[in-house]
Amino acid sequence: MSKTSNAAWKKRYEESGLREADFTSISGRPLQPLYTREDLADFDPDAGLGLPGDYPYTRGVHPSMYRGKLWTMRQFAGMGTPDQTNERYRFLLEKGQTGLSVAFDNPTLYGLDSDHALGAGEVGKTGVAVDTLADMERLFAGIPLDRVSTSMTINAPAAWIFAMFLANAEKRGIPFAKLRGTLQNDILKEYIAQKEWIFPPEPHLRLITDLMAFCAAEVPQWNTISISGYHIREAGSTAGQELAFTLADGFCYVEHALAAGLDIEDFAPRLSFFFNSHLDFFEEIAKMRAARRIWARAMREKYKAKNPRSWLCRFHVQTAGCSLTAQQPEINIVRTALEALAGVLGGCQSLHTNSMDEALALPSEKAVEIALRTQQIIAFESGAANVIDPLGGSYYIEKLTNGLEEEAERYFRKIDELGGVVKAIELGFFQREITRAAYEYQMALSRKKKFHVGVNDFVNPGQTLEIPLLEIDEAVERDQVAFLRRTKSERDNGAVREGLEALKRAAAGGRNLMPPLLECARRYVTLGEMSDELTAVFGKYREQPFY
Amino acid sequence: MAERKIKVIIAKPGLDGHDRGAKVIARALVEAGMEVVYLGLQQTPEAVVRAAVEEDADVIGLSILSGAHMTNFRKVRELMVAAGLGDRLLTGGGIIPTKDQAKLAELGVDRVFGPGDDLQEIVEYIRRNARRESA
Repeated sequence: MSKTSNAAWKKRYEESGLREADFTSISGRPLQPLYTREDLADFDPDAGLGLPGDYPYTRGVHPSMYRGKLWTMRQFAGMGTPDQTNERYRFLLEKGQTGLSVAFDNPTLYGLDSDHALGAGEVGKTGVAVDTLADMERLFAGIPLDRVSTSMTINAPAAWIFAMFLANAEKRGIPFAKLRGTLQNDILKEYIAQKEWIFPPEPHLRLITDLMAFCAAEVPQWNTISISGYHIREAGSTAGQELAFTLADGFCYVEHALAAGLDIEDFAPRLSFFFNSHLDFFEEIAKMRAARRIWARAMREKYKAKNPRSWLCRFHVQTAGCSLTAQQPEINIVRTALEALAGVLGGCQSLHTNSMDEALALPSEKAVEIALRTQQIIAFESGAANVIDPLGGSYYIEKLTNGLEEEAERYFRKIDELGGVVKAIELGFFQREITRAAYEYQMALSRKKKFHVGVNDFVNPGQTLEIPLLEIDEAVERDQVAFLRRTKSERDNGAVREGLEALKRAAAGGRNLMPPLLECARRYVTLGEMSDELTAVFGKYREQPFY
Repeated sequence: MAERKIKVIIAKPGLDGHDRGAKVIARALVEAGMEVVYLGLQQTPEAVVRAAVEEDADVIGLSILSGAHMTNFRKVRELMVAAGLGDRLLTGGGIIPTKDQAKLAELGVDRVFGPGDDLQEIVEYIRRNARRESA
C-alpha cells in the first residue's frame, strides 16, 4: 500500500459523509477511522511481540495458551453465613466451575468482628462473614482444598484471614505445599480506589512483604498478591489509568520486597494481577497485551530478574460491574459476553463473568448460572480458544497496545516526580485523576456523547423489574453474632491472650508476623481481636476526603 | 439580596468504600452552584447529623451500595428529627431495591437514586426539594 493510495482513500472517506457521533474510545481516546501499515512503521514485531511464552509476552504467557489449558472459570461468590456460602460453592462446582473465589462482607474486609457497631446492618450483605477459624471450617467444609484452587478477595486483614485458611488446612491434614490459590492482598489500590484499609501504608506493606517471605518458604504454590486494576476502573478510571496505576503499584511492591532483603526470584513468580474488562472491546484487549509487555520489560531490565517466571504478568479478569445496568437487566448478559470475550482474547488466566443482576443485588443462582454458561460458550462453542492471540498483528490492536504502553509510561514518570506511589496516594493524585475521569464519563452520558443502552437511550418507559433477586435475611447478622459469641465462650481464653501478646511483641519488633498470626488463628482468636492488637502498634489510617 | 446557596452534606455511612457515585454527585452539585460538604467514608449516622447541624445544611445525601440502606436511613432520619432538622431533605443513592424504596418513603425519604439516573435530574430534584418549611 503506497502513501498515495492512503491519501486517495482519506479523501474519499472525508467526502462520504459521516454519522453525527463521538468516535473516541470509552476512555476518551481519539481514534482514527482506519489503521494501516503506516501506523506501525516504527514498530518491530520481533522485539515488541515475540511469540507466546516468549519475552516480552505480548502474545501470551504460555507457549500453548488455551490449547494447553483453558482459563480457570472462577465466579466470585459469598453471602450470608459461611454455611450459606458453602452451599453456593458446592452448587458452582457441580455446574462445572473450576476454581473458588471468596467474597467477604464489609466488616470482614475491614478486619472487624460481626458484632462491631460500625458494621451494623452489613453482616453477610455483600459477602460472607468470617470471624474465626470456626467460620473458615464451615466455609470450606467438604471442599477438597488440595484439588480446587481458592482465590480470596481480602486486603487489609489478608494476612490474618490467610492464617485462618492455613489453620483450617492444617486441621484437615492438607499439607501447605498442596494449597493453590490467590490472596488479593493489594493494599495500595485500597487507598487509591476501594477504600478498605486499617493501618497507614507502611505497616500494611510490611505485612505484605512478611506474607511473601512466609509463602516462598512454606506455601510455594500460593499467589501472594493479586495486584488489582479492577477496583481502580470501577471507581471510574480510564483504561490507561487502570493499566498505569496497577503496574505502578506492582513496582512499589517489588521495591518494598527488595528493600526488605527478599530475593526477586523467590517472590516475583508468585505475583499476579487482576484487570477489569470493560465495554470498549479493542481497547481492553490492547490494555491486557500492553500489561504483559510493560511488566516483562520492567522485571527483566529495571529489576534485573533472571528467571523468566519472574517476568510474567499472569492475570485474572472480571467483566465490568460498573458497565451493567439496573434498567433492562437481561441485556447485561450481552454486555458481559462481549467483555468476557475481550478478556479471553486479551489472554487472561482466569475469568469471572458478572451476573445480569449485578446492579441490583448479589447474584441469584439462575443469574450466576447464565454468567458461567457464558464462559462455557466462549470456551467450547465460539472457537475463540483455538488460536493464540488471534488479534495479534492487527494494525489497530498493535497501535492501541503501543498507545496504552506510552500512556502508562507517562503516568510512571508523573508518579516518580511526585515521589512514588505512597506519596502520590497521600497527595490524592490517583484519587483526583480517577474522580475527574468518572465525572467526565458521567457528563458524556448526560450530554449523550456516550451511550448506555436502556439508560440514556433506548429506554423502556415504565418498565418493571421481572427477574428474581437474592435477598440476605436480616437473621444472618443475628445468627453470625450468636455463633461468634458461642465460639468465644468455648475456646481457651488464656491461650487467646498469650497468642495476642506474642503477636503484639512481633509487631513491635521486626519479626515476620505470619507465625504469630497463624498461632492466633489456631487458638480461635477473632479477626477483630487480631486487628485491634495490631492497630495498637501500627495506628489507624484516615483519608482526606477528595472529590 | 443574594440568594443563599443550597447547602448539601454528602456522606458514605458505614463501611462501604464505593465512593464513585458520591463524588460524581458532589461535583455535579458544585457545578450547579450548590455548596457541598463531602464528609467522606466510614461516617456514623451521628457524625452525619452533627455535621448537618453545624453546617446548617438544607440537604443530606447518603450514598450506600452495601445493602445497609434501611439501617442507615432510618437512624439518620431519627437523629435529624431529634436535632430539629426534620424539615430538611434527606435523599441519597446506591444499590437500593425498588421494594425498599417504598419502605424508605414511609420514613420520609421520598426519593433515592440508582445507577444510570441522570445527573441533571438529580440536581433538579435537589433544587426543587431543598426548600425548608421554616425558610
